[in-house]
Amino acid sequence: MRLDGHGLIDRTSPLSFTFDGRRIDAFSGDTVASALLANGVRLVGRSFKYHRPRGIFTCGSEEPSALVTVGRGQGQEPNARATMVEAAEGLEVRSQNAWPSLRVDVMAAADLLHPFFGAGFYYKTFMWPRAFWERLYEPAIRRAAGLGRLSGVPAEDDADKAYSFCELLVIGAGPAGLMAALTAGRAGADVILADEHPRMGGRLLMEAEEVDGLSAADWAEEAVEELASLPNVRLMPRTTVTGAYDGGVYGALQRGASDTFWRITCARAILASGAIERSIAFPGNDRPGVMLAGAVRGYLHRYGVAAGREVAVFGATDDAHRTARDLTRAGVEAVMLDAREDAPAGDGFEVLTRARVTGTTGRHGIATLTVTHAGGARSLHADCLAVSGGWNPALHFTCHHNGRPRWDEALATFVPTPDAVRGLAAAGAARGDFSTHGALAGGAAAGRDALAALGRSAPEAPLPRAEDRPVRQQAFWMVEATGRKWLDLQNDVTDKDIRLSAQEAFRSVEHMKRYTTQGMAADQGKTSNVAALALLADATGRGIPATGTTTFRPPYVPVPIAAMGAGARGRGFAPERRTAADTDHRRRGAPMIEAGLWVRPSYYPAPGETTWRQSCDREVRTVRERVGVCDVSTLGKIEVQGPDAGAFLDIVYANRMSTLAEGRVRYGLMLREDGHVMDDGTCARLPGGRWIVTTTTAAAGPVMRHMDYARQCLARDLDVSLVSVTDHWTQIAVAGPLARRLLDSLGDLPLLPFMGCAETTLGGAPARLFRISFSGEEGYEIAVPARFGASLWRLAVAQAESLGGAPYGLEALNVLRLEKGFLTHAEMDGRTTAYDLGLGGMVADKDAIGVAASRRPGLVDPDRPRLVGLVPIDPAGVMTAGAHLYDRSAAATRPNGQGHVTSAGHSPTLGHALGLALLRGGPERHGEVIRLVDAMRHVETEVRVGPTCAYDPDGGRMRG
Amino acid sequence: MRLTCPHCGARDRREFTYHGPASLLDRPAPDAGEAAWNAYLHLRDNPEGESRELWYHEPCRAWAVITRDTRTHAVHGSAAP
Repeated sequence: MRLDGHGLIDRTSPLSFTFDGRRIDAFSGDTVASALLANGVRLVGRSFKYHRPRGIFTCGSEEPSALVTVGRGQGQEPNARATMVEAAEGLEVRSQNAWPSLRVDVMAAADLLHPFFGAGFYYKTFMWPRAFWERLYEPAIRRAAGLGRLSGVPAEDDADKAYSFCELLVIGAGPAGLMAALTAGRAGADVILADEHPRMGGRLLMEAEEVDGLSAADWAEEAVEELASLPNVRLMPRTTVTGAYDGGVYGALQRGASDTFWRITCARAILASGAIERSIAFPGNDRPGVMLAGAVRGYLHRYGVAAGREVAVFGATDDAHRTARDLTRAGVEAVMLDAREDAPAGDGFEVLTRARVTGTTGRHGIATLTVTHAGGARSLHADCLAVSGGWNPALHFTCHHNGRPRWDEALATFVPTPDAVRGLAAAGAARGDFSTHGALAGGAAAGRDALAALGRSAPEAPLPRAEDRPVRQQAFWMVEATGRKWLDLQNDVTDKDIRLSAQEAFRSVEHMKRYTTQGMAADQGKTSNVAALALLADATGRGIPATGTTTFRPPYVPVPIAAMGAGARGRGFAPERRTAADTDHRRRGAPMIEAGLWVRPSYYPAPGETTWRQSCDREVRTVRERVGVCDVSTLGKIEVQGPDAGAFLDIVYANRMSTLAEGRVRYGLMLREDGHVMDDGTCARLPGGRWIVTTTTAAAGPVMRHMDYARQCLARDLDVSLVSVTDHWTQIAVAGPLARRLLDSLGDLPLLPFMGCAETTLGGAPARLFRISFSGEEGYEIAVPARFGASLWRLAVAQAESLGGAPYGLEALNVLRLEKGFLTHAEMDGRTTAYDLGLGGMVADKDAIGVAASRRPGLVDPDRPRLVGLVPIDPAGVMTAGAHLYDRSAAATRPNGQGHVTSAGHSPTLGHALGLALLRGGPERHGEVIRLVDAMRHVETEVRVGPTCAYDPDGGRMRG
Repeated sequence: MRLTCPHCGARDRREFTYHGPASLLDRPAPDAGEAAWNAYLHLRDNPEGESRELWYHEPCRAWAVITRDTRTHAVHGSAAP
């Protein structure tokens, strides 16, 4: 029911949205919850387990009960808290977990079976037969239980992530937060003030109070205006801080047209997150219409909504009286049910003392309640029952670094332990200072402390005058009466579950939580945890301080994965690196495949070719018979310069590199310090002092880091500089008997011996020419600055085609190297040594990384899996990479394993399959016939062990 | 979490790659023997409290010895190796 003359909504801008198809009228400034209450809607959802009718319980982010689905399709958001969703024109809001409808939910039959569904019933009930769990029990339970559903379509990718830095972060803009921000902001500090709600002011907007002679809401508005006018203060409304991380980093979720996940780094932070009201356990306390007393006051003052027409207020604090008082003054009928003996008299309303609510009735919302009190027993009509068991400081962040809160006997609540998170200080209600004066004073003091820590001076300023009644709060958790008394409204946990947990030996609070699921729902038990552990303390006879609390962990409120991972889908997750000639590869119809972050052409289909094998075989034959060109720009390129370059390379390469003459290239092997092979590649020494190290495509990053490590950590005295130039140069391989003719058709390029290199020019552009071969044919690699890369590629392809040649892709590249027995990371798999790969002779007798460890006996054991070549006995035999090897007569079982195939493919040159394998004692078994078994792909082939190089073993073709 | 790069100052932890304890800087001589090399390669302390660690700051490619408290995650110092 909407009340005239109350609330901070904008009555000049009405709007409407739908709830389960019904039109709901609202005003700008409403939340979905306030508008539903204004329209008399109390039933908004069904509970998780028992499908009990559920309504709106709070007016903030702690809401356990009023979960709704907002939007549809791509923009659909399940489990939104109706108390936090701002009412907007045309919004589509739907209830959850009910079928066929919210009012008639057939699953509510589950509630009749509640005696069987207590804590732990899954573990006890669905044990046998074992196979039924995955096939029957779990799917059935998942269908019946649960909250909102995902839309099933990819969500809108409109979330964002952002970073911010400040001197002081103030969390919460209630009286303490505003005062802290004013104190620090006026002194010139760089301040961010973050608050969950669209309008800042916190409880000041929800109470009938005066601050400095103004209404609390007006004072808050003036404070926010002043803060907004300060250039050194940034206001972040609609922003919930979600976690305190190391080094003054805080996560924060900002809601708006789309979500933004912030990482805010600050030198100091003030926790002014206020307090969260707690409920009381009594029979029937989960019915729609049962709400927290402070929330009922909040709806009245903030939104001008009476949560009911006849309201009963049940509590044991003076604070609860304020709800009865404010409702009465607003013309709503209210009665105060005070649990205390010595309850104060009502200010215009009836007060029953020593009152206990012993039950409620009402199908879709509370209609009547029964109460015992000092004067006897009574039944009351009420469509709203406002409950207050006192307030708990919202101290969650102070526990995010494993701090434990302290039990305060006088306040009957947990209060934060100071300095539990470095640089974070609690102030106001979050620290247990519950009066408005206490909050303002605490905020100002925290602001001054922060300024002192930041090295800034704090001018004294008078404190605004505000209400300063002493706060009396006592423990009152539960009414002793028969019936189910709810604690966790979202996970349907009752007092009985807590007692059962203690009885079944889950007596630690952490065990109780997991056994009963108390506090494990999306609201993390913000309104129920303390009462639940008080009940556990009672059941175990240990007292609350000895029982302790469960651990509060980030995030404070649910954060959509879409916000946390904003921008990290698809290309955002794995950006695509393209070579300069990428467009040309695609234009030729080459399927592109990933190689790390790079995309490379797989093969170039010619007219009439229908399979990759046809294209690949043709490209291999072209290289062997004519000439092929291949884009090898993705190989890592690291330039090394300086007088000590040679000495430095002797440290990173296992073989000696310092003896390399200018104008020469040498194959090099890098080891990890533990003696295993890290990467291989060529090292070229250009005339004039530059050394060019090439790495494999995948290892470019790790090798750069490794070489930086060697230079900065191990070889600190050497005068040498490194720089990665991978992206700066386009590099094209030219291979085949006609390779030299192709080079000569490009320009006047120097003649080079095998493993020679030169700096030159090509078409006026600087160029580097290397005579190296990964194909086994006469081969060159030409590098030009990347801006000339596409032109060079086009020219090289055109010249190749005029010589009967062609471009070749990654598939052909792989077959060509397989025929030669050259290595890739399929062989250098991180477990192999130079010895295993037949390169033990390259490891020089010098102090290079990995050399000492590579000589450990275990790494030079002849029985290790070592590299060999495999050829099928039957020329049509199939070989697959990953297949396992066995002796000819042995069964294909794991203990009989002799090794595995690292690379395999069809050799068009030789007309049969070829493989490389790591075989136990490999090189000593040349000539032996063994079995190759691939159980995954149902391949079994007899193969002959032989040398790794199957084509042109003496290398005459590439030496030319 | 924030770590300090000797060149760039305090930066987000995600810009850094952890390598190992700073004791890796004390690399044994090639002929130091099996025991010394085994200790260098495989034996690691698990200190509670102050810990000196090698981190790589990817964006500027600087290696750093960062002194950190494993209990509080506080960074007490950062220097070039």
